[in-house]
Formats: sequence, structure tokens, C-alpha cells
Amino acid sequence: MLIAVILGFIFALLVPFFSRFFKKAIPFIFPILPISLFIYFVGFLGEIKSAAHQLYRYEWVPSIGVDLSFRLDGLSLLFALMITGIGALVFVYTANYLKDHEYLDRFYGYLSMFMASMLGVVLSDNLMTMFIFWELTSISSYFLIGFNNNDPASRKSALTALSITGFGGLAMLSGIVILQSVGGSYSFTELLNSSEVIKSSSSYGWIIALLFIGAFTKSAQFPFHFWLPGAMKAPTPVSTYLHSATMVKAGIYLLARFTPLLGDTFWWNGTLVTVGAITMVYAAIHSVFRVDLKSILAYSTISALGILVFLIGIGTEKALLGAGIFILAHALYKAALFLITGIIDHETGSRDVSKLAGLQQVMMPVAIAGFIAALSSAGVPFLLGFISKEVMYEATLDLGQWAIILTVLLVLTKVGILVAGFWAGIKPFIGNLPSEFNKAHLPSPLLWFPPLLLGVLSLGFGIFPSLMTESLIQPVFSSMSGADTVIQLKLWHGFNLVLLLSVLTLVTGGLLYWFLIPSEARFQKTLRYESISPQNIIEGGSNLFGHFARIWTKFFQNGYLRNYVITILAFLTLLMSFRLFGGVNIHLDWDQISPVSSYEIIVVVLMIISILFAITTNSRTVAIVALGVVGFANCLFFVFYSAPDLAMTQFSIDTLTVLLFMLVLLKLPKNRSFSSKGMKIRDAVLSLLFGVLIAILTLEVFEEPSSSEISKYYADNAYILAKGRNVVNVILVDYRGFDTMVETVVLVIAAVGVYSLMKLDLNPSKKDS
Amino acid sequence: MEILLIIIIGLLHAGGLYMLLRRSMFKMIIGLIFLGNGANLLIFLLGRLVKGKPPVMEDGMKVFTDIYADPVPQALVLTAIVIGFGLQSFAIILIKRVYKVLQTDDLDELNSTDEEI
Repeated sequence: MLIAVILGFIFALLVPFFSRFFKKAIPFIFPILPISLFIYFVGFLGEIKSAAHQLYRYEWVPSIGVDLSFRLDGLSLLFALMITGIGALVFVYTANYLKDHEYLDRFYGYLSMFMASMLGVVLSDNLMTMFIFWELTSISSYFLIGFNNNDPASRKSALTALSITGFGGLAMLSGIVILQSVGGSYSFTELLNSSEVIKSSSSYGWIIALLFIGAFTKSAQFPFHFWLPGAMKAPTPVSTYLHSATMVKAGIYLLARFTPLLGDTFWWNGTLVTVGAITMVYAAIHSVFRVDLKSILAYSTISALGILVFLIGIGTEKALLGAGIFILAHALYKAALFLITGIIDHETGSRDVSKLAGLQQVMMPVAIAGFIAALSSAGVPFLLGFISKEVMYEATLDLGQWAIILTVLLVLTKVGILVAGFWAGIKPFIGNLPSEFNKAHLPSPLLWFPPLLLGVLSLGFGIFPSLMTESLIQPVFSSMSGADTVIQLKLWHGFNLVLLLSVLTLVTGGLLYWFLIPSEARFQKTLRYESISPQNIIEGGSNLFGHFARIWTKFFQNGYLRNYVITILAFLTLLMSFRLFGGVNIHLDWDQISPVSSYEIIVVVLMIISILFAITTNSRTVAIVALGVVGFANCLFFVFYSAPDLAMTQFSIDTLTVLLFMLVLLKLPKNRSFSSKGMKIRDAVLSLLFGVLIAILTLEVFEEPSSSEISKYYADNAYILAKGRNVVNVILVDYRGFDTMVETVVLVIAAVGVYSLMKLDLNPSKKDS
Repeated sequence: MEILLIIIIGLLHAGGLYMLLRRSMFKMIIGLIFLGNGANLLIFLLGRLVKGKPPVMEDGMKVFTDIYADPVPQALVLTAIVIGFGLQSFAIILIKRVYKVLQTDDLDELNSTDEEI
């Protein structure tokens, strides 16, 4: 099982290393992967029927309870079959669709990676592992949407999709963590036992809210739906696979999976029904205003996802059964419609539904597939869509006081989906072939066989529902509802209200299709409401955030060094003052203070005057002389207070600095005054505050008794260990000799820098020429 | 005396910061030197002031018999002075160089990348 899941990753990993050797063989190698996986999963059909679920556990990070454990039951098997089955068709289809594309190998790599991640999502029992696979699907979807990476619109859509689904993923992660802390495990199977505890805990609201955000973003529910139409920038096989059949259903899977664990509460059902209903109606209305085939299909997909959320929200056995069948029915017909759209686009170069017509004259098999898919989406009898629609109507009609309104909404949505399906599956094929499409011809069977096969499946399951009832739908239903009810699917229910509704849907939809000619003009009219669409509002919000970040950055990172210094020091001063405000604790012990003699006063006064001079003068020479005086006065302090080495060093270095300055001074321009008076005052105030603060801090530190153990050790052992009588020298060259050596290295580097800067003649005009 | 030194330390820091905030690179370096001097004095002061008793043993002695000034801050300050000199000299030469290439002493005119020069 583990190998089955990660095989796709292995394939994807091998691509960059081996693809160049097998360039020609790639379209033949890759489809083997999903086909063999499909066969592998079909083999589980029998086992699932007899046992409720199967667990496969592989240890991964046991210390935090994260295992690679997989749970196979009806629901996950249905998804696994869809992922590998439709995957197989898409892989085959791609071989021709992107024939001779430069990056075909890369494309297959991304697809394999996606397939493996998606399998991981639906099979994982450990919620943490599921989250990782979940994020991986978002990432591979990002690569696939942005596959045409030369197109800016494509890149933008990819980024939008990634941000929306990534945001949802993070919310879901928080939800999972809270769930774990309440339920005590990451394992879904173990959590199932503590369902009641979780539902009654105070965090229940948080858990479902966060999980909902994850599911709604992934499954494109209102108001997060807008990334999905944008994702149609991807090549058509991707739209088929990720954005209609599998990935967008991950959110549905999540909700269905958690229904037995978290479902059947007021907030769970209420939220899902509301969001699902808004989404399905909103998107159904939207879809009939579009003219681009992929756009129409995208909105009708959103609408279908809305129906699924809506049904899971209703949560009765009938509704869950309807959801289970509809997942399959929708995957079969919508994938077919997308593949057909891809063929039309491939052969005619157009996806404009208002122009396309009469293509059945040139591509009959495609037209047949299109008809079947469109009829299945409409819910015409003898097709799988019909059965799912019947069950859905039964489910909403059973609801007592809410029955009427919910049924009306569902019928409305179904009408919209019908029109969208007819436009995509029938409209391009009937009527007269426009002359501009004369060159279109029947493509290779690799292209038309997959949609036709899907159509045949829709038809087969529709006519003989018993083919799937017991083997697939029953386990799916049991794992979603947790109930043991034996289900019966029939093609013919007799004359009743449900059938009447079906007929009503068909007639209304048919009439609407007949009278509503898709037109560019009407699509343009909808654009005027663009400013209040969720897409605009959310994007506006994120732009606003970006704007704020830019202002923030500009304010603090404005590129002026002194502003950084001001910010840092002002903050430091503020912080310290706040601390000192709480009480300065200075008790000077006047006995310890050394007496002041007259020559010391002179030096101090001299120093203060020179500092003030250096600051205020406008003449460079005066400033340098004042600097020298400050240095020498400093030197005198060292002399007074027993530091002969310091005095010598300071003396020589000060002399050197002054000399160097004088040398450079000659080359510098005249001193100009750059700053305004206001700035000077501001800086002066800040500097004074800073100075006072340092002085107070020094006083405070001075209060602390100085510990001289280290000094004592050095002094006591200076001669005994190091044979030196000058302790400072011994410290520098012996105890800390290594430091001094490194310091010397630093000085050498500085010297080399100084020397080369002086000597190197870097004349810019010469360099440019 | 300590009080006076503390006032000087505060003044050196204040003056140094003020100069550091000027736009002229020349003044900036003076500010840097002042800050360095202030910090050195600060460290030195915290080793306590001892008059006329350098941490040097008299000839023939193997240990100190009298009190002596704390050698550790002195060693630290000595290192700081030397390293500070490396920094200062490099900075001084650098502004000379900058002026030679760009004909300016104004920090704000250095605010662009190479291409715009």
C-alpha cells in the first residue's frame, strides 16, 4: 500500500535524471503507472465488501504520533479508483494532446506527483500525514496551472490558487491540531471512537470552522471559489484531472470523511447547507453567462461541488447516498466534457461556444461522447446522472419544512448545470459547420477514446445500476454515514413527484438552452458587477495588506543609515528610561570616591571644551585639533590612574589618527551644512537623552561591587606562570595570546585595505571605457 | 573624580551620537571616534580608579605586595583602542576614496546603486 501511494513520487523524482535518455518513450512509460495502480485498487473491491475497512500502518515519526497509516474503506476506495482511473485516461490523452511539447517529461512528472499526493490524501488515516499530502496537491496544482510559465496570466492564476488553497491548508492544520488535543490522537480510526467527546467539547466550534475553511478553499466554495475559473489557464488535461474530477473534490472528501466523526450537529449541517446552496446557485447562474467553454465548465464544476457540500450538509442517509453517487457521476461526465473541450480547442483553436457548431460532421466519436456526457449531466434517464439526480430530489423532498425551498434551489441549480452541459457537450457539434473550422478533423484515437470510454461508463452504470450498487456505492455509503442500511438503486421509480421534478428540470433546461443563445455581449454585461465580486474583495484585501507592508517597510527601512540609528537608539532610550523610571537606585559612597585635584579639573574642563568645539565648529581643522585634544586628555586620565600601557597606546594612536585625518582633509570638499535646524535640534535632544542615560547607567553599574577574582588570578600568577611583571602585557600576550594574534590579523587586514585604497587608481572614466 | 569622569563619558556618548547622525561623512567618523573614546573610558572607570599603582611588579618581586590597579579592564581597553584605530583609519581612507570617485561627502547622495552613478 505504501508503495502504491509513493510510486508517483518516485516517478516524478526520476524525471529530471533520466528523462533525457528516454525522451521518445515517455508517453508510453508514464500511463503504465496509473493504469497499474487502477488495476491494483480494483482488486480491493471484493475485500471492501466483506470488511468494513482495512488499515495499513508504517511508522514514520512515532514520537509525535505521526505515522504513514492508510485506511481503505468505501469512500477512500471510490476516490482512489477515480484518481487512478481518470488519471489513466488523462495520462493517455496527454500523450497526444501535448505531443512533442518541449516539457512533456516535466508535465508527466508533475502529474505523477499530483496523483501520488491525491492518493495520499484520500488514503491517509493519520490526519497529519493527510495534511502533508493535502499541501502537496496544492503545490503540484500550482506547478500544473502555471505550466505555461511564459504567460503572466497563467502565473498569476497559479499563485492565486496556491495562496487560497494554501491558506485553507493552514487553517485545516490548526483544526487538526485542535482535534488531536481534544480527541487524543491523529488517527482518524481512533478518533471515531471519541466522536461524542469531541462534539461536546468547547473547541468543537473551532475545529469545524477551521476544517471548513480548508475544505471550502480546496473545493472552491463561495466566497473562495474564484481561483478555480482562473485555474483554467492550465492545459486541458490538468483542468480535467485536478480541477473537476479529483483535487477539487478533496474538500468534499474531507467533509464526507468527517461526517461520521463531527457531523450531525446544528452548526455542521447549517453551515454546509448554507454555503453549499449559495455556491451552487451562484455558480449555476454564473455559468450560463460565460462564452468560453472552459469557463462554463469551471462554473458548472463549482456548482456541482456546491451541490455536494449541500448534500453532505443535509446529512440524511438519502442525501449522503445522493452525494456518493453524484461524486462518481459528476467525475465521469465532467471529465468527459473537459476532455472534449480540449479536443475542440486542439482541433479548431477556439473555445468560444457562441461560434462553435457542426463539428459532428468531422469528429463523430467525439460528438457521441459529448452527447452522452451532456445528457448525463442533465440527468436524462438511462444515464448515471439520472440516478444521482433522482436520489438527490428524494433527499430534499424528505426534509419537512425546508423541503420546498431547498428543492427549488436544487432544481434551479440543476437547470443551470443542464444548460452548461448542453453548451459544452451538444452545442459545438450540431448545426452547420462554420467555414473557419473546415480544416478541423478527427484527432488521434488517443484523444477521443478516453471521453468516449467515460461516456460508456456513464451509460453502463445508468442502465445497470446493480453493477456498482453492491460493490462500490454500498461501502461508500456505509463509510460516509456509518449506518448499515442496505441501499437499492433502481432506474424506474414509478410516476411520482420526483419524476415530475426531473421532467420539470429537463423541460425548463431544454427551453432555456433553446432560447438562450450564448453571446459575448451578455458576458460583458456581467462584468459591471465585477467590483463587488468576492474575487475583487479578497484580492483588494490582499493588495491593501501589501500596500500597508510597503508603507511600513518604507517607514522603517528607508535606506538612510541615520534613521536606522535614530530608530534603534530612540527605542533603546525609551525602553531604558521606562526601566529607570521605576526608580533609580543610586547611593554614592562618598568615601570611595577619589578626591579631585586641580590638574584633573583642568584636564576635565579642557576635554569638555574640546568636545563642544568639535561638535559645533564648521571648520574641519578645528574639529580635528579638538579631536586630538580629546584623545590626549583621555590619555592623561590613563596616566593619572595607573595605566601606563593604555596611555602609550592611546597617545601613539591619537597622533596617527590626527595625522591621517589631516592628510585626507586636504582632498575633501568644503564643509557644507546639510541639516536643517529642526533636524539638528531633534538629533541634539536624542543625543543628550542618550548621553544622560549612559551616564546614569554608568552610575548604577558603578554601584555594584566589582568582583576582582579574575584580576587577582591574573595578577597572582603573572610572574609565577608567565614570567612577566607587567600584568596587562601578560594578559595580552600570554593568557589571551591567541586573541591578540587574531587582533593582529584584523589590523593587518585593515592595513591592507587602507594601503590598497590609497594606491589603487580606480579612475571611473577609465573603467567604463 | 569619578563623577566628573561619568559626566565626560555621558558627554562623549552624546556628542558621538550627535555627530554620527550628521550627513557629512567626516563628522560621522568624528562621532565614531568619540563613541569609541567614551566606551573606553567607561570600561576603564568600571575597573575603579587607583592612583599611581600600575599593575606592574617591581623588579625582583614575584607577587604584588601593595594594592594595584585592575589589569583586566586595561587589557580590554588596550585591545579596543587598537581595533578602534584599525576601523578609524580604514573609514578615513574610505571617505577619501568615496570623495575621489563620487565627488561628494554627503551620505544621502550615496543612496543609489552603481547603475545610477
